[in-house]
Amino acid sequence: MQKRGKNKKGYFGEYGGRFVPETLVPALEELETAFRGLRRNREFTREFNNLLRDYVGRPTPLYFARRLTEHLGGARIYLKREDLTHTGAHKINNALGQALLAKKMGKKRLIAETGAGQHGVATATGAALVGLQCEIYMGSEDMKRQALNVFRMELLGARVREVPIGSRTLKDAINEALRDWTTNVRTTHYVLGTVFGPHPFPTMVREFQSVIGREARRQILRAEGRLPDYLIACVGGGSNAMGLFSAFLDDDVQMIGVEAGGLGIRTGRHAARFAGGSVGVFQGCKSYLLQDRDGNVLGTHSVSAGLDYASVGPEHAFLHDSGRVQYTYAKDKEALRAFELLSKLEGIIPALESAHAVAEAVKLAPKLPRDRVIIVNLSGRGDKDVAHVARIKGIVTEI
Amino acid sequence: MNRIDRTFGKLKTEKRKAFIPYIMAGDPSLDDTLTLVKLLEDEGADLVELGVPFSDPLADGPVIQEAASRALGRGVTLRKVISTVRMIRRSSNIPIILMTYYNPVFRYGLRRFIEDASSSGVDGLIVPDLPPDEAAELLKESRRQDISTIFLLAPTSTDKRIRLVSRASTGFIYYVSITGITGSRLRIDRHLVRMVRRIKNFSNKPVCVGFGVKKPEEAAAVANCSDGVIVGSSIVKMIKEKRGSLRKYIRDIRKAIDGLV
Repeated sequence: MQKRGKNKKGYFGEYGGRFVPETLVPALEELETAFRGLRRNREFTREFNNLLRDYVGRPTPLYFARRLTEHLGGARIYLKREDLTHTGAHKINNALGQALLAKKMGKKRLIAETGAGQHGVATATGAALVGLQCEIYMGSEDMKRQALNVFRMELLGARVREVPIGSRTLKDAINEALRDWTTNVRTTHYVLGTVFGPHPFPTMVREFQSVIGREARRQILRAEGRLPDYLIACVGGGSNAMGLFSAFLDDDVQMIGVEAGGLGIRTGRHAARFAGGSVGVFQGCKSYLLQDRDGNVLGTHSVSAGLDYASVGPEHAFLHDSGRVQYTYAKDKEALRAFELLSKLEGIIPALESAHAVAEAVKLAPKLPRDRVIIVNLSGRGDKDVAHVARIKGIVTEI
Repeated sequence: MNRIDRTFGKLKTEKRKAFIPYIMAGDPSLDDTLTLVKLLEDEGADLVELGVPFSDPLADGPVIQEAASRALGRGVTLRKVISTVRMIRRSSNIPIILMTYYNPVFRYGLRRFIEDASSSGVDGLIVPDLPPDEAAELLKESRRQDISTIFLLAPTSTDKRIRLVSRASTGFIYYVSITGITGSRLRIDRHLVRMVRRIKNFSNKPVCVGFGVKKPEEAAAVANCSDGVIVGSSIVKMIKEKRGSLRKYIRDIRKAIDGLV
């Protein structure tokens, strides 16, 4: 079986590509060349790895969740603790890699989109670290929901640009970031936050996130003396999932990607692209897309801003069709239950995004024998969501 | 040879430059689109570029974004725009170019779209998020139906890109005057003149310039160094805000392009 599906340049099977205005094509070619050169450059790799260790705090632990395992009474559950990285989510791995790359390319300015604010914070952090100007595009709706992260980005020296158009969420922030990049392409690098968009972003972001999988593989071999039976990760654009999965694609390991089921597929208020979408071309690549009959992009809903997006990384589309990865979804309610369960049983408050992956583990583990091993990617921590969850539960908060 | 080629052939013989206004189909309504195309033709447009509304127009500035969402709000779809072209064809022979993002076309089914577009009287296509590298199938189907495929070049384009885009383009080549989105501010400088000349080194196809052309004197300057002028955002804005002034504005642009001001 063709597991990785690399054939035509920038494609995974029939998915991917480079569907962008001509103005951006030379910039993407330049980026591709720079990235290809630097990934083989020993000095760059050393610099990046040192930063991952001393600044991000890697390797992140692979933690055996004993109480959760006992509670569910089935497979042994390990958590890959990306929530323990600097800035609190896996996003920093990629943002730092791209900030470093942009600096080497001689760019003066970084821009990025953000939904929940995690990628915005990570990019602002990367910009501060390497000394580049930084502007973050964020929908007005998301700015309201994540006011604290807005302030955090400003504190880090970034300028947050409000996007008051369209649905005022992540997809509109990406449109605006692409428009900014088109206008300022000579001096600016666009730090796309996930394994999405035009080639080379899906490949490059996966590469910067692949450290998650490499570490987890080493760690599980040490802890269990064998490879895991299952990997579970949430999938918005899909970068934390690709980061984990990429190290196991050639092994006999089952993988599950968990999308946002929102209020349920039948309500139309969700972000489950595989369960409720069809193939389309959006924001630079061909993949699965939530769209209407005429090819206009539909609004999405999820309790977690980071999964609230109409399309999904093209490599995931390929892995879906080939059957290598199984995709399912968790509804808002299930994610919220998992959010509380993990907090109470393990003392770990997960990001609402990661809580979707935990929710799938909660469903799967009890059905498996006790000698099976599951790794759940705990992609981020839930501090950013505490106020949001309190609001949902009707607890008034000033945060 | 389709209507676009014939028009440029005629313009060349007459030593005139093309005036290509852009309007958003269905803004404010598809009936208005019929009237507006008639007005544009009466006042001297050589070709008309008809925008197809899309939910996420990432190459467009605020003016055209808003026009698109107004049209979408009224239920305008690619299918309906094609029917509108069929109605325009009952009384007009002006070359019509559809400017549409790729996803509506992909969703429609590329082959069927090209067939329907051709049979309704569409002459050319501009798909701003489809560079020639991704357009093999579109090219094949368009050639079969004699529909022109107009690709874009930008100030950032390298020789390699210019060669590729000129080869894939038929009808004319669309030079985007600035790095930016539609409706940005135009800069008429040596760079623009030099770039158009550079493109002409690679191809003898007409080169028309758009993005940011607003004032008649800008249109005149652009016409001076190219084969045609595309005016979009300022027309779309005028239709929304002071439609009564549109006829005079179109007439003024025409005169400016012809060097009569």
